[in-house]
Amino acid sequence: MSLSPTGALRHSGNLFAMALDVVRTLPRRPFQAREFIQQAWFVASVTILPTALVSIPFGAVIALQIGSLTRQLGAQSFSGAASVLAVLREASPIVTALLIAGAGGTAICADLGARKIRDEIDAMQVLGIDPIHRLVVPRVLASMVVAVLLNGLVSVVGVAGGYFFNVILQHGTPGAYLASFTTLAQLSDLWAAEIKALVFGAIAAIVASYKGLTAKGGPKGVGDAVNQSVVITFMLLFVTNFVMTAVYFQVVPQRG
Amino acid sequence: MGVEICVEGLTKSFGHQVIWEDVSLTLPAGEVSVLLGPSGTGKSVFLKTLVGLLKPERGSVKVAGRDVTRLRERDLYEVRKLFGVLFQDGALFGSMDLYDNIAFPLREHTRKSESEIKRIVLEKMEMVGLLGAEGKLPGEISGGMRKRAGLARALVLDPEIILFDEPDSGLDPVRVAYLNQLIVDLNAQIDATFLIVTHDIASARQVPDNIGLLFRRELVMFGPRERLLASDEPVVRQFLNGRMQGPIGMAEEKDAALVEQELAQIDEGGTAESLTPRLLPSPGITRPPRWEAIARREAELHGTGVTGG
Repeated sequence: MSLSPTGALRHSGNLFAMALDVVRTLPRRPFQAREFIQQAWFVASVTILPTALVSIPFGAVIALQIGSLTRQLGAQSFSGAASVLAVLREASPIVTALLIAGAGGTAICADLGARKIRDEIDAMQVLGIDPIHRLVVPRVLASMVVAVLLNGLVSVVGVAGGYFFNVILQHGTPGAYLASFTTLAQLSDLWAAEIKALVFGAIAAIVASYKGLTAKGGPKGVGDAVNQSVVITFMLLFVTNFVMTAVYFQVVPQRG
Repeated sequence: MGVEICVEGLTKSFGHQVIWEDVSLTLPAGEVSVLLGPSGTGKSVFLKTLVGLLKPERGSVKVAGRDVTRLRERDLYEVRKLFGVLFQDGALFGSMDLYDNIAFPLREHTRKSESEIKRIVLEKMEMVGLLGAEGKLPGEISGGMRKRAGLARALVLDPEIILFDEPDSGLDPVRVAYLNQLIVDLNAQIDATFLIVTHDIASARQVPDNIGLLFRRELVMFGPRERLLASDEPVVRQFLNGRMQGPIGMAEEKDAALVEQELAQIDEGGTAESLTPRLLPSPGITRPPRWEAIARREAELHGTGVTGG
């Protein structure tokens, strides 16, 4: 991979072109249902456990921070509201993004990269089969679906973790914690988080597929591709997250 | 049957590095052609350009009257259905067993019933001698078996053109001989256009109708087998005889003065090569008129009784 500015531009352009190809190929029949189910199952199986394990301490950290802050301000009754808001709005899309890119994306990238360097992708094209349609589209869809579901999982586990730490460890009042749940957060926060997760899933899978399908230079090339795909995905996801959050605040009126 | 491929003025480079330029040749329909060249002269790149996997800088590749280099993606996939390509390592799908690998093109492109697919797959597997290995994964079998499975997969859609990327690399001499026989038999049976990319001289001498030689970023020569085997062109002679003396060096090119000297030495030796006999289809196979004619001509040339049929 060249470090020249034109090289970087070309790669971004190609990545974007592939994203457009994916969108264009999306409605093409026959839909690869089998591949989609296999991939969804696969991505879910590599992400569910780590996601749950990451979101428990994530919820706990937020609960700890907010717990001590609200105690100092004398606003314990708001600790539930604040930690739900933080988990729902920011923590869960970010955790989902990290896991989808780190566990799902790397697996997709390594899989496609290995196929690329073994000439399997070329063979497929020569057999008259478009790898975007046959391989990439089902992976992107699978990753999007799993990201949305993971986001739900993270929200539940994160909030539960926050509750546990706040109530059991910091001796907060369970009633106050639960009662203040919806004082700040609202349903549209959940929708916004799910939409974020959907977009993150798509970005992670497209970047991973692009890097996998352009891997070259033998097994080392696959390693490099996986590495680059994680870095690029993280950068894109954080930028996207910022933009989407900013837009969300402009579009949806806030409570409180 | 068989489709002519017409290549004109083809030039390919990666960045500033020119792979080959201005390559023009015509692969006649139904004939077997071999493209020779030292390692690293872009033979595989040439194959990939023919099927539109790589875009050349200049030139055209006309397959059945359509220019592969200028087709839209969708039309390209249509034209590619004419091709069967055997990749260097077979390029089998690692996650599928051999049966599914060979059945893959049928399942993707045709609406044949599973029982019909089974019949075709087993027929092709028998053709390449792989019966009994249907359930094996590509990772579990030898390189030679992978190649033969790749060939079976390339044959399954009855292609008009078959491209072989180094079918003999990494195989033992006996298997190479069997594979060559298989290629000749296939040509007699299905009458498709064949292009074999290789650096195995023995195969190149026995198998094809036409030979081409890539060297120093250009197509040195392309023509009927006999013309190349009898050629006085130093590069062609060196390569076809597998000698060190000549323009081809370890690092691709040699000093001109040294080449002169070496060539002078050879001429003193003055070894006149006899023409290697051509490999003919196995006795059990019915020969089409083209192969009948070749067999007759071989019999005249070498005076042996190889006319059976």
